[in-house]
Amino acid sequence: MSSVVVFGAIQQGFLYAILAFGIFISFRILNVPDLTTEGSFTFGLAVSAAVTAAGHPILGILAAIVAGALAGAVTGFLQTKLMIHPVLAGIITMSGLYSVNLAVLGSSNLALTSNMQTVFKLASGLGLSNEAARTGLSVLLCCLTLAIVIWFFRTHVGMCIRATGDNPDMVRASSINVHRMTTLGLCLSNALVAFSGGAVAQYQKFADISSGTGTLVVGLASVIIGEAIIGKRSVTVGFFSALLGAMIYRFIYTAAINYSPFPAYMLKLVSAIIVAIALAIPAFRHYAGQAKIRRGGGKNA
Amino acid sequence: MLEIKGAVKTFAKGTPNEHAALRGLNLTLADGEFVTVVGSNGAGKSTLFNAIAGTFWLDEGSITLGGRDITYLPEHTRAKTIGRVFQDPMKGTAPNMTIEENLALAYARAHRGPLGMAINKKESALFRERLSAYHMGLEDRMKTKVGLLSGGQRQVVTLLMCTLCTPELLLLDEHTAALDPATAERVMEITREIVAGNSITTLMVTHNISSALTTGKRTVMMDDGEIIFDVSGPEREKMTVEDLLKMYAGKRDKVFDNDRMLFEKK
Repeated sequence: MSSVVVFGAIQQGFLYAILAFGIFISFRILNVPDLTTEGSFTFGLAVSAAVTAAGHPILGILAAIVAGALAGAVTGFLQTKLMIHPVLAGIITMSGLYSVNLAVLGSSNLALTSNMQTVFKLASGLGLSNEAARTGLSVLLCCLTLAIVIWFFRTHVGMCIRATGDNPDMVRASSINVHRMTTLGLCLSNALVAFSGGAVAQYQKFADISSGTGTLVVGLASVIIGEAIIGKRSVTVGFFSALLGAMIYRFIYTAAINYSPFPAYMLKLVSAIIVAIALAIPAFRHYAGQAKIRRGGGKNA
Repeated sequence: MLEIKGAVKTFAKGTPNEHAALRGLNLTLADGEFVTVVGSNGAGKSTLFNAIAGTFWLDEGSITLGGRDITYLPEHTRAKTIGRVFQDPMKGTAPNMTIEENLALAYARAHRGPLGMAINKKESALFRERLSAYHMGLEDRMKTKVGLLSGGQRQVVTLLMCTLCTPELLLLDEHTAALDPATAERVMEITREIVAGNSITTLMVTHNISSALTTGKRTVMMDDGEIIFDVSGPEREKMTVEDLLKMYAGKRDKVFDNDRMLFEKK
């Protein structure tokens, strides 16, 4: 790989790691596959692009974070107060967001022209080269987020959210408001997802209405690849493994786009297959166990 | 003080499966009183506990605890003053969190703001000290995930979680039923120590009639959604398991029906 491609993969790896943190929170900590992600990634992308186009790149990132949290709050409300099945609640928010995103973008895509400020350009204004600014800012955003989420899940509220995903019965009996914790967790998760989207929009200077398609699978793939390498341990280790997973996924992605025998549009299918296989590992183990018993049984008969 | 007045709860109302689980039940517990509850299958013991804890609301009647009407409070609000240990050891703890984290979760709610660190050294030491009093070796396994503990160990952790901050009321719902006899006896001893040490008002359902008569100060028997008798003091001290079953047969003109209970009477 050429150094430009490698640097690109590293920068994107850090930006998409923030998405993986969000997915880790919903999928591993809250124990809910949250489809809101697909909508909130684009929501963050759209809001960030629109605000940046209006000349406020930093505000664009902050607005994206708030937008994502709002999307999470809607899903949380549907899931808890209105008792809608978690997966359906996510799907409802996601499809509703499609219209919202179109309204924010004004059309199905929005390009940020080269004379517009982005956070990455602001960073290079500090006297760094273009490439160094892009790398430095990606690393900074990602590590800052990582530090905040690790701190947060060690606080009392963070632990309540973890317990809610682990055993809601126990949480209710410990005087913790399960509805509030679930909603808070979804807000945080989607805020991170939209943050990632918002940063990516300014990074690629382009926002498209269909950018969110498959983000859940991308995030899951990152989380699962990370766990396959580091193993499932504490929450803190989990976030680090999500970062590692996101980085590896980005390299596979970049390699596939630049050098793979199949065309780039096959990548989502490849990701889907990777995730399906990774999630099926417990089932494979189960069948392997059964096969072993059957062979053993035959011997004793 | 706990006061339940005219509690009525009917499940599946208006269907062929309609079932009146509580029929105008009244029960009052004095401060610090330890009351055991016995009753046949389907007598309404669990319904009573769920109603007190707030899993659902009563159809009719009221519940007051410590002078406050809690009839329509949500479950998590009531849990601030009510500790509860379930029959299923899986229910009371978060399996993927460590012993220390589970205890901290139960303790921190009363002791700090939401963004305070969940665990600090001073509390860690307190948890160790409290656990070591039960001689189960749990104090050396503070960083172990609770999911790796045995049922008895999990119930002890749950008991401690419920009583780290002394509750106004402790509900024990057959909390030793899923344990082997030796462990059950150990957990029951620990229960007695904790309750006596803090003089917590306690309501305990048990399937073991002899332990119902020897634990606490008062025993009530439930049947078909009502309390059919209530013994305490000298009358209770003299009472044997046989007497209790006879009393039941006399009142209800039927044989006591709780398979586990008959199996265990000596």
